[in-house]
Amino acid sequence: MIWDPLYECMDPEQRAELQVRRLRETVARLEVNVPWYRERFKEKGITAHDIKSLDDLRLLPFTTKDDLRETYPFGLFAVPLEECVRIHASSGTTGKPVIAGYTPEDINIWAETIARTIACGGGTSKDVLQNAYGYGLFTGGLGLHYGGERLGCMVIPISGGNTARQLMLMQDLGSTILCATPSYALTIIDEAERVGVDIRKLPLRIGLFGAEPWSQGAQETIEERMGISAHDIYGLTEIIGPGVAAECEAKAGLHIFDDHFIPEIIDPETEEPLPPGQEGELVFTCITKRAFPIIRFRTRDITSLDYEKCECGRTQPRMKRVTGRTDDMLIIRGVNVFPSQIEEVLTSIEEVEPHYQLVLTRPKRMNELEIQVEVSPAIFSDEVRHLEEIEQKIAERVNSALGIRVAVKLVEPKTIERSEGKAKRIIDLREEG
Amino acid sequence: MNSELLTQQVSVFLENKSGRLAEVCQSLGESGINIRALCIADTSDFGILRLIVDKPEEAVTVLEERGFSVGSTGVLALRIPDVPGGLGGVLLHLEARGINVEYMYAFFITVEGDAVVLFKVDDAVLDKTVEVLRENNIVALPATEVYGL
Repeated sequence: MIWDPLYECMDPEQRAELQVRRLRETVARLEVNVPWYRERFKEKGITAHDIKSLDDLRLLPFTTKDDLRETYPFGLFAVPLEECVRIHASSGTTGKPVIAGYTPEDINIWAETIARTIACGGGTSKDVLQNAYGYGLFTGGLGLHYGGERLGCMVIPISGGNTARQLMLMQDLGSTILCATPSYALTIIDEAERVGVDIRKLPLRIGLFGAEPWSQGAQETIEERMGISAHDIYGLTEIIGPGVAAECEAKAGLHIFDDHFIPEIIDPETEEPLPPGQEGELVFTCITKRAFPIIRFRTRDITSLDYEKCECGRTQPRMKRVTGRTDDMLIIRGVNVFPSQIEEVLTSIEEVEPHYQLVLTRPKRMNELEIQVEVSPAIFSDEVRHLEEIEQKIAERVNSALGIRVAVKLVEPKTIERSEGKAKRIIDLREEG
Repeated sequence: MNSELLTQQVSVFLENKSGRLAEVCQSLGESGINIRALCIADTSDFGILRLIVDKPEEAVTVLEERGFSVGSTGVLALRIPDVPGGLGGVLLHLEARGINVEYMYAFFITVEGDAVVLFKVDDAVLDKTVEVLRENNIVALPATEVYGL
């Protein structure tokens, strides 16, 4: 089902006109209401009147994560605080988080884009939506909650964690949609298999998974072991939260709701825009938000865009699954590697469970990567030789797929920490310097 | 072949971390399971602990509950004359018929003066191995007897 065909299937030229108009209005508001942007526009010598086509987007300055830190907490708000009804915050693992504000209008837009997201995955008002995203400052919980209600689902606001209870309610209430991080979905699968619950026999039919990069292989694993259709969903606190883009039933990329958020792909080094299809850093400009409309936000996510009409009927451009972020990127002996690429290789090896951890060390001024993989029943053997063969096989596959030499270490089952939210994949043991 | 002759060996994957071996032995001890023979095969990263216990099925359950990766493998428990050349003689008989011993280790105790040595051979040559043993009057102890040693 398409939640909002008027916008999701709009003629591209008509949408471009709408985008330009909305962009011009946003820039005009920022000139008046946000001194920080006013300064930046002045430096670039640009005013709202100069925005005449979408190409003029590139005249505008970028906004980076550092800019958001510098203006913490309310420096980029475009409305007085009394007009805001909610704030959310990024996880902010290093230093201050990003504070995002929402007016009632923003909350409304958000509910709409999440309703589109759920419908994109095949959800309808008849669904029972188990929302295992964390409720609180994190945008996942409340975002999916309001969108689920907007679509008319019965929402179970269970939040993240307490996996035994997740399984109990999934069975007792007949959940048909599960929303969670992909790593938490795997944790739920593990627990179900441990206690002998076959999720494939439950009414669950759709999974909406996002908030961290995951591989195609992990998606297929989850689909098979849960007996559902799993969909990648994308969003970030700086833009609105989840509800920026979602994978439809055609599973050929994630539709970006670009009537609200205009995407661009740039070369992260030169900052020059790249043509459709080319891979680079994803940049978003908010054109409808009231409280916290960010211009040309550099997401650090790496992807590419496809503007062809999708077989699902939507005309909104599609982004490829995000394979990694520029700041997650590991450089192993000169080769750029994202953790999700390693996950892709691991999930292609039948015996290997999708629980892994990457340990980064620098013993001799060179980065070395060790992949830790749990010994599953399928791997276990009472002969050292067989276990060593598995280690070699994994190392060889990684080498042939990614061109890097890695050490593989088998570890005992369940010793890699299970995620209830975003998985911690990289243990960095490098010493500074 | 006669499965009575296959003693079930319990094997456990262990990371080379302190305290893991103690944990296995303690878990078994608390459940009243007695270890009769053991050997460890190891690399720098991990080891495989192979155990002969009096109650192999229970041991597997107990260890799995504790989160260990556990396997069960059939091995042969052979009586070997406790004299110089006793083991060599048995191995020669096996080798003469092209049977490769994947690994072996000995029991702590003897049976009527004979040593008891556990042999692992490939499943594919198991029948042939038993045949060779019979032809050469080498006694393989029934599993039930091994658990009771």
